[in-house]
Amino acid sequence: MGSSDVISLQVPASPEELKKLRIGDAVNLSGTIYTARDAAHKRMDETLERGEELPFDIRGQIVYYMGPSPARPGRPIGSAGPTTATRMDRYTPRLLDLGMAGMIGKGKRSKAVADAVVRNGGVYFAAVGGAGALLSKAIVSSEVVAYDDLGTEAIRKLEVKDFPVIVVMDAEGGDLYAEVGNNPLTNK
Amino acid sequence: MREIEVSTVTATIKDMCIEANHFLTPDMKARLESAAGTETSPVGKKVLSQLQDNLKIAGEEMIPICQDTGMAVIFLEVGQDVHFIGGDLEEAIQEGIRRGYVDGYLRKSVVKDPLIRENTGDNTPGVIHYKIVPGDKVKITVAPKGFGSENMSRVWMLKPADGIEGAKKAIVDTVLEAGPNACPPVVVGVGIGGTFEKAAEMAKEALTRPVDTPSTVPYVADLEKELLGTINKRGIGPGGLGGAVTALAVNINTYATHIAGLPVAVNMCCHVNRHSVRVL
Repeated sequence: MGSSDVISLQVPASPEELKKLRIGDAVNLSGTIYTARDAAHKRMDETLERGEELPFDIRGQIVYYMGPSPARPGRPIGSAGPTTATRMDRYTPRLLDLGMAGMIGKGKRSKAVADAVVRNGGVYFAAVGGAGALLSKAIVSSEVVAYDDLGTEAIRKLEVKDFPVIVVMDAEGGDLYAEVGNNPLTNK
Repeated sequence: MREIEVSTVTATIKDMCIEANHFLTPDMKARLESAAGTETSPVGKKVLSQLQDNLKIAGEEMIPICQDTGMAVIFLEVGQDVHFIGGDLEEAIQEGIRRGYVDGYLRKSVVKDPLIRENTGDNTPGVIHYKIVPGDKVKITVAPKGFGSENMSRVWMLKPADGIEGAKKAIVDTVLEAGPNACPPVVVGVGIGGTFEKAAEMAKEALTRPVDTPSTVPYVADLEKELLGTINKRGIGPGGLGGAVTALAVNINTYATHIAGLPVAVNMCCHVNRHSVRVL
């Protein structure tokens, strides 16, 4: 498991940097990430089915599963914590195979996602669920780049600074949630 | 007969939607604070400390505690000597939700039809549970429910022969299956008995009972304590990242049931176990 120090990572990051990450690593992300959740994933999948291009170049990008609450005046965004990643599992392997570098969410992933993470040298980060006010402070700006009609579910481009995440699945096939589930305190 | 203007209900529910999404009740806040002291894992401590910071920022800067500001669940206990005037009560409640979510910068998370899935744009309708009680007061509970945890909830139609051990297993298995998805540390609302829908409603209502108030039924209070201990030995921990604080409370409500049945409903709730209670 990773070291206790926090790794600072500029995103988008190179494949080499992402492959070095290991489960349990605490990472602060700075740079550009994109948001997409259920409805945006469904629409992206339909777009690909029709043989059309995605509304943004997903190659090398980190996608954050998040739909914010509305921003109060003068703020870049409202509350902005992760949603459950499990619901995106159906669409994720295809996006990873297209070059998506990684994901931020919370919750368990399928075997198909784990395999796609390994196959593509990707990474799955968890942010703390239910800490949307705190996480919003690490978001510097937010801009809708596609599917504006979906409201909170639109695709947004975010600039983040020291956005705190933990590596839950890595390119070596590590799965932090599985390790936790297999280690009840009664066995220690 | 006491008359209450429905516009009062609208204004009250609007305020309560905003309050519940920015401030936890004192019992929840205290339990989260004490959890930070009992957690042993470094990552668990870190998550709990982030949750403390999160609550502080939410209250000071009026940013919702969680971006999933929920589907509004309303419990209305209406005294039988109350007469609502000035309009349709149900519409007044929905208008309160609408104003709370639109004016309060809360997320609109409700779709009009479960299969067609078009967002209603104002977070209505909410889910309303009415109860008629003696007296001339109206007790309103607004409990916005997030779906990360709602999705991990279960109703188990057990057999009488499954007994208390079967009920315990159903509850613990639900929490373990939920794991990180339900945003631990969780509050576990349980309804045992009644019918299929009665058990589920009791489980939801159990979440609105203060976490420092055990069941008034002695054996049920013991069961709540035992299950909390069992769950917290499983190591899921804050954020599901490992640790000793997986659940903050197990609240169980019970009701009579049929000779052939043992319904057990488990309503999972994240650490943002929100509710606001007011009496008109």
